Amino acid sequence: MANFYTDNRDLRFHLNHPVMRKIVRMKEMDYRDRDQYDYAPHDYEDAMDNYDRVLEIIGAICADVIAPNAEDVDHEGPEVVDGRVRYARGTQENHEALTKAGVIGMNFPRRYDGLNFPMVPYVMAAELVSRADAGFANIWGLQDCGETILEFAADELKEEFLPRFNRGATAAMDLTEPDAGSDLQAVQLKAHYDETRGTWMLNGVKRFITNGDAEISLVLARSEEGTTDGRGLSLFVYDKAEGAVTVRRIENKMGIKGSPTCELVFRNAPARLIGERRMGLIKYVMSLMNGARLGVGAQSVGIAQAAYGEARKYASERKQFGKTIDQFPPVYEMLTLMRVRIEAMRSLLYETARFVDIYKAWSFISEERKLEKEERDDLKSNTRLADIYTPMVKLISSEWCNSIAYDAVQIHGGAGFIKDFPVERLYRDARITSIYEGTSQLQVVAAVRGVTTGGYLAQMREYEKTELRPELEHLRRILITLTDDYEKRVAEVVAAGNNELTDFHARRMVEMAANIIMGHLLLQDAQRDASFTTSAKLFVSLAVSENRTRSEYIKGLEEKELGLFKVN
Amino acid sequence: MKGIKIVVLAKQVPDTRNVGPDAMKADGTVNRSVLPAIFNPEDLNALEQALRIRDQYEGSTVTVLTMGPGRAAEIIREGLYRGADDGVLLTDRAFAGSDTLATSYALTLAIRRLEPDLVLGGRQAIDGDTAQVGPQIAEKLGWPQVTYAEEMHFENDRLVVRRRLERGVETVSAPLPLVVTVNGTAPACRYRNARLVMKYKYARTDTELQAENADYIAGSRPLVRITEWGTEAVGADTEQLGLSGSPTKVKEIDNVILQSKEAKQLTASDRDIEALVRELLESHTIG
Repeated sequence: MANFYTDNRDLRFHLNHPVMRKIVRMKEMDYRDRDQYDYAPHDYEDAMDNYDRVLEIIGAICADVIAPNAEDVDHEGPEVVDGRVRYARGTQENHEALTKAGVIGMNFPRRYDGLNFPMVPYVMAAELVSRADAGFANIWGLQDCGETILEFAADELKEEFLPRFNRGATAAMDLTEPDAGSDLQAVQLKAHYDETRGTWMLNGVKRFITNGDAEISLVLARSEEGTTDGRGLSLFVYDKAEGAVTVRRIENKMGIKGSPTCELVFRNAPARLIGERRMGLIKYVMSLMNGARLGVGAQSVGIAQAAYGEARKYASERKQFGKTIDQFPPVYEMLTLMRVRIEAMRSLLYETARFVDIYKAWSFISEERKLEKEERDDLKSNTRLADIYTPMVKLISSEWCNSIAYDAVQIHGGAGFIKDFPVERLYRDARITSIYEGTSQLQVVAAVRGVTTGGYLAQMREYEKTELRPELEHLRRILITLTDDYEKRVAEVVAAGNNELTDFHARRMVEMAANIIMGHLLLQDAQRDASFTTSAKLFVSLAVSENRTRSEYIKGLEEKELGLFKVN
Repeated sequence: MKGIKIVVLAKQVPDTRNVGPDAMKADGTVNRSVLPAIFNPEDLNALEQALRIRDQYEGSTVTVLTMGPGRAAEIIREGLYRGADDGVLLTDRAFAGSDTLATSYALTLAIRRLEPDLVLGGRQAIDGDTAQVGPQIAEKLGWPQVTYAEEMHFENDRLVVRRRLERGVETVSAPLPLVVTVNGTAPACRYRNARLVMKYKYARTDTELQAENADYIAGSRPLVRITEWGTEAVGADTEQLGLSGSPTKVKEIDNVILQSKEAKQLTASDRDIEALVRELLESHTIG
């Protein structure tokens, strides 16, 4: 039987990372649920076996149901009927299969009918679903909204909303408006407290809302009259059962067509406040977005894996000049570099997921007891790492997923431009990943803090201390050389004291850092499993040439030449 | 309607759909050791029908019944992962070598002990392909039977069943108790459920527990036991079981090897084409 989890051995490899022992113990609070819930694990091995078995279920559903439905869903798409969204038939089937398998609400605690899984297996599931159908991955992945409810909402809201996820409730995060896209501080949707009804009421319009007709929606709205910035915004939860929000239209998109992108009209829609007023954007949405960005990272790796699979298969079957095209250097180089970059971005993805797991678990534990100093430090350092790694993984994997899909079409030649092969859909689906949940340019704005504060550098130096086999040592030395060069370039840019210059080079510096970090991660992978050695070697060579180009560019550009780039 | 007690007949079979070069031994029998053991596919269709009825009528239960060696406990676990309430493994050395008659005898005894309202099974197993066991059980129980089912629902205490036949569909109704065999065209079985897998992965028969030394579970929660019945538990007459109870005798096995020696190369000449047309007319392939 086809299975997207078991057919890719790299997934089990990442699932079984040594740090998981710590993560699982923290997440399971020393396995205390075992007497209360008959499906809770009693030790580390038991928990890991659970993750493995559940991912196998998801892998089977991906291969047997979601992937075969993807083409029809892409053609059929959702539609709006009487102000409501009707999913494509395949989308309904996919959702039903996953709901019956009980894999919605994977991260939530068991008392809210969740599976209490850490981020690592959840992100892995997101990668699998995305490989099967990136558009559907959004509908499934919006269970992230539950995380926000779990972390910030009052207990009664948690009890009311969270168990509904496991029974199949879908979710949406209603943030964007016609005039508030990247700049969410401009959100206008109005929230006022209706004293007679004793509830908050929402009025206004939201646009570009993924899965906007969901059962449970988190809505960012202006609760403080007269304010104009982010500090006047609060976050609300709206229940579709209220019937006060209609879908005006859905967008006709280039890709991820199965995922309905809605324009919503709120007319006196009763909603409940999450957490505190005024904290909507500055605290809750930032947290929500971080989760969503990690989700797009997983989605990008999934699409890239699918595109690589299609390209690999086509190139091994297509014959020209008397041999299959994967025997020609330009083609096999493309294929191998696709694979190497997928392995690199996947390592970065799961490294990030582990940081997120650790800081989330500490925050959760800190609600029950005071953390020891050592624990607080660990919480702090993992929070910082998660903050700088999340935009990096979103930037790198979404951009690379696009270039991998591009190369996959290229390998198909003319056939790739025709709708007969799945690669055409993958190419269109890939395009959104570097745009939504913050464009690549915005990810750089967040990630550059890791450059200027030295966060990435410190982590690179930390990686340098990892124990490695002698044959990997020379690769590490190359990475150290790259790090020295990166440190120098960053110092020069920062020393200029010109913010515009820093912004100008920001992406280059983040990408240099990312290459070095992924190089280290692949070395660690090769240390744990020698079969990654070739990838590590090829990736380090790639990093050398890519970083050199960037370094030379930074060196060669004088500050005053910035003006030459300005338009008008 | 009151809850319905359902027994699903399931068989562990070698996965003959993925046959490799070593699938057959030199003597023409199936080499079971190289083929993965799976839940017979049409029995999964039957399980899905059972689960749908169970989900619809409160108080209903689904019990998976399988006969086989100790390792067939895996079939019970698979049923539990997908939503069955419990399972019984009918296992005894005396059952070994049973043909369909002896198998249906043993299963009938187990069903009598379970006292269900409805017995559902797959149309046939992919190893034997006889489609006899379900009908034989119905005969032995003296219950009505409906075969080739692909859709079913209750109307006034009668089960209305759509049957998929060679040249069309037929809808019939029958009273309980009833035996129904389900076709592969019926809806596929639901996937394993995450929570049930985590709960039942430690479900064991007593025999398995002894073999595993049973100290692998550190938690304090009780282990789920899978019921194991031998000949005594169902009151079977051993004469009617195994080889002695099986009138079916394999007289001879022919190894049929398909070869491509019949291929012919033709040119595009009129003569060759005419010759081919004539040959096809003579063999009544065309015309």
